[in-house]
Amino acid sequence: MGRQRRAGVRRSWRVAARRDWRLYSLAIAPLLFFAVFRYLPMVGNVIAFRQYLPGGPLFGDQWVGFYYFDQLIHDPNFWQVFENTLILGALSLLFGFPAPIILALLLNEVISRGAKRFVQSVSYLPHFLSTVVVAAIMMQGLATNGIVNQALGWAGHAPITFLNDPGWFRSAYVSSEIWQYAGFGTILYLAALTTVDSQLYEAARIDGASRWRQTWHITLPGIRPTMIVVLILNIGTFMAVGFEKILLIYNPLTYPTGDVISTYLYRVGIVSGSFSYAAAIGLFESVIGLTLVFAANTFARRVLGAGLW
Amino acid sequence: MVSEPAVTESSPARVARQLDRSKAAPRGPAGDQVPGRRRGTRRWPPPTRAYQAFRVINAIILSLVAVAVLFPFLNVLAQSFSSERYINAGQVSLWPRGLNVTTYEHVMSDPLFWNNYRNTVFYTVTATVVAMAVTTCYAYVLSKPHLRGRKVLIGIAVFTMFFNGGIIPNYVLVSFLHMRDTVWAIALPNAINVFNLLVMKSFFENMPPELEEAAAVDGMDTYRILWRIVLPLSKAVIATMTLFYAVMFWNSWFAAFLYMDNQGLFSVTVYLRNIVDSVTSVSNGQLAAGTQVQIAANIQAVTVVLVAIPILFIYPFIQRYFVSGVTLGAVKG
Repeated sequence: MGRQRRAGVRRSWRVAARRDWRLYSLAIAPLLFFAVFRYLPMVGNVIAFRQYLPGGPLFGDQWVGFYYFDQLIHDPNFWQVFENTLILGALSLLFGFPAPIILALLLNEVISRGAKRFVQSVSYLPHFLSTVVVAAIMMQGLATNGIVNQALGWAGHAPITFLNDPGWFRSAYVSSEIWQYAGFGTILYLAALTTVDSQLYEAARIDGASRWRQTWHITLPGIRPTMIVVLILNIGTFMAVGFEKILLIYNPLTYPTGDVISTYLYRVGIVSGSFSYAAAIGLFESVIGLTLVFAANTFARRVLGAGLW
Repeated sequence: MVSEPAVTESSPARVARQLDRSKAAPRGPAGDQVPGRRRGTRRWPPPTRAYQAFRVINAIILSLVAVAVLFPFLNVLAQSFSSERYINAGQVSLWPRGLNVTTYEHVMSDPLFWNNYRNTVFYTVTATVVAMAVTTCYAYVLSKPHLRGRKVLIGIAVFTMFFNGGIIPNYVLVSFLHMRDTVWAIALPNAINVFNLLVMKSFFENMPPELEEAAAVDGMDTYRILWRIVLPLSKAVIATMTLFYAVMFWNSWFAAFLYMDNQGLFSVTVYLRNIVDSVTSVSNGQLAAGTQVQIAANIQAVTVVLVAIPILFIYPFIQRYFVSGVTLGAVKG
């Protein structure tokens, strides 16, 4: 019977191939792309268990087992950047996740369409800029004679070297993330807000519910699925916190708080050439990241009744 | 045989409407009457004093948000036209002081700047063309519900959203394939953005199948149906996706920074990155180097303006396309 079914499957594949071979042929180039540039690098992580020398074979020369993971566990720098990553990721999530929701709720209360559209257009803008441009704007704005310090000067405060001070790095980074992404993040929530059933509001009003109670009991539950999806996606990037931006704005003075796993492995691997060790760090990072996403999704599905998949 | 105007999509509003229609979430019977509801509800019952106070505070908060977003831009713009003396003294905020364009002349007379600008244009165009070709093909394949193995093909793409090889194996691979110092190092590893892919896929899924069926009956094969029927009807989504990719490649700097070994191959974002980097390293040094920092800051402001200008210039036109694209992607993805 098994054989029969297998024969049936084979036949239906043959039918599909005959009927749709042109469609399948269109998938060849994209599949090659995924194989070479997405899945091959995943396999390429075996160099974390092998000795790789630049210019040598793609998958390294010889097995070394857990040598590089052993090195990782005993590397105090790694644990420092690991801690920095967790703190920076948690802060980004703590402030970066609610910011667009609050902004969307405020925008939703604006009656003048022109004013609403203006604020939207302005707040989306930073999202369209290159990270390099944002970093340069931060350099200008947070310099000792930049606008932020000018404002502090008016308030009678001595200038602060924000980007050279490990104590200020996290605040500067998280603020810049909110500046860059909070506005664009409202799009999803504003779209979700239009789908909330207006009859619910009418019913609540008849029952005498205040605006605040309407927001709390109707609006927020209405956009909850969107919030869950965005939260899970944010958790997915938790470990890879703003690699490109940090690489641009940090410097040796701010390493104690600003250096994260991805920037550390960049320096270890690409700058210093210890590819295998850097791959081990990277693998460690992505496995934690993937675990976080799956855990968050499972939690969302079990407890909140809605997940990403 | 295909009446063009019947289904031609061109205006963003239509796209938005089409996107709306694809929403799976149940909508109230009010549907498109959201603005009407608003106007109606605000008049009755009369707003309480607390709510009126809230609206005033809300207007103030949102104005502050707009100012906070715009201020850094305007400040950099003002600095780019100011003379370094005033920047140095921390006296430039919203309006240029010591108005001059010498820094612009200085930056624009640098042959390397123009060389890198041309590189950016070249990289952006090439990478966008490659990305659009590959993404469109795959999105079309994935949009055919009857296709055997479709779920697997989708899964192959979606999995890469959550797990990727990481920067080291990618770097090793690109070097191994001898793609360093070529445009392919930028274009090929980013040829498909899965998010864009899913947006396009759902657009194709929402096209009425009758047209394609009719074309098939007329003896057209898949390639010709895609080229002659589907693509001409998908101008809106193609425009949107082209913008997504073009902005992404225009803004990208890391690939060029990583894979280009000589400065004649840098993109203009790497040019700016090197300025940012030199400002950091100078200001790390002694404060005695103050003047140098300021010259660099001046140049940095001008370069920021020149790099961001194409984006700022097209921004008013592309914004709504982006919004509709994101909304659709969120609904389907």
